Amino acid sequence: MQDTTHDAHAAHAAHDAHHGPGYRTFVAIWATLMVFTGLTVWLSTVHLGFLNVLAAMAVATSKALLVVLFFMHLKYESRTFHWMVFTAFFVLAIFISMTFFDTAYR
Amino acid sequence: MSDDLSTSSVSPVAEAVSETHGHVHEHRDDVGAKMGMWLFLFTEILLFGGLFVLYSVTLQRYPHEFHLASKELDTVVGTINTMVLITSSLFAALSVIALQRGEAKRCKLFILLTIVLALVFLVNKYFEWGVKFHHGLYPGAAVLAARPVGEQAFFGLYFTMTGLHGLHVIIGMALLGWVYRQVHTGRLNKDRNVTLENAGLYWHLVDLIWIYLFPLYYLIT
Repeated sequence: MQDTTHDAHAAHAAHDAHHGPGYRTFVAIWATLMVFTGLTVWLSTVHLGFLNVLAAMAVATSKALLVVLFFMHLKYESRTFHWMVFTAFFVLAIFISMTFFDTAYR
Repeated sequence: MSDDLSTSSVSPVAEAVSETHGHVHEHRDDVGAKMGMWLFLFTEILLFGGLFVLYSVTLQRYPHEFHLASKELDTVVGTINTMVLITSSLFAALSVIALQRGEAKRCKLFILLTIVLALVFLVNKYFEWGVKFHHGLYPGAAVLAARPVGEQAFFGLYFTMTGLHGLHVIIGMALLGWVYRQVHTGRLNKDRNVTLENAGLYWHLVDLIWIYLFPLYYLIT
């Protein structure tokens, strides 16, 4: 931030941080989500056994990440929000994995 | 915030207030409002999370029955509904940008498109459920009761989870309609839009849950 170009960049960055992404970014995210939807439908026609479930969940989680980070603006929120959401999903992961430790070894 | 103060201090009402209180203070906390919405969404995630755990454990127990029952769901309708919901989520996200840029008219159009697509989703779901009911595949039906326990569990979970999700779609539509009105009257505007943002967050959560419901029910092979 020593010269005017840097100041302009900083101002632009601040502007972006306040207003978030533009229309174009969201349309690009939407297109990616559509491609992923097609991908998961195609993957389900390929027989991979148990891997089918894992592949479907991997694609779904990629889609979920895009929705949370961009559509839900999390990428543009402060660190407090990032930690809050991380904690919530971490607790959910504990919930799911611990249940499986129980039921898988009964 | 400084904009609010400078403009409101011009109005006679605000001046009258500032005479008695010294300054105009609007009690408002956008970050807090958004944080509260996220906290609420966490409870929603845990609600559906519990059902997802139930689904996963039951799938592990009856993989063959789940595979057969899942084949009876229409993948084409499921895929169309997924695309409809993702697109409605896009419009919800765009409506927030529009309002933040002061384009209220465009914002209203985007909210309307979100609601219309939500309705399309529900209509598809109605016909989908209707076909299943017609074939006697609903909880408590004699036809379903004659099926293996694993398939009964699949359809029980299917109706519970898509039903609860559908209820969220209806609530989301009502919420978006309420927000639309506030944008229309100008109560929500360029400088004051956190309510729209929060309604959008709710709508994206509805989309998020469907992103997992779709492969689990329609694509398990």
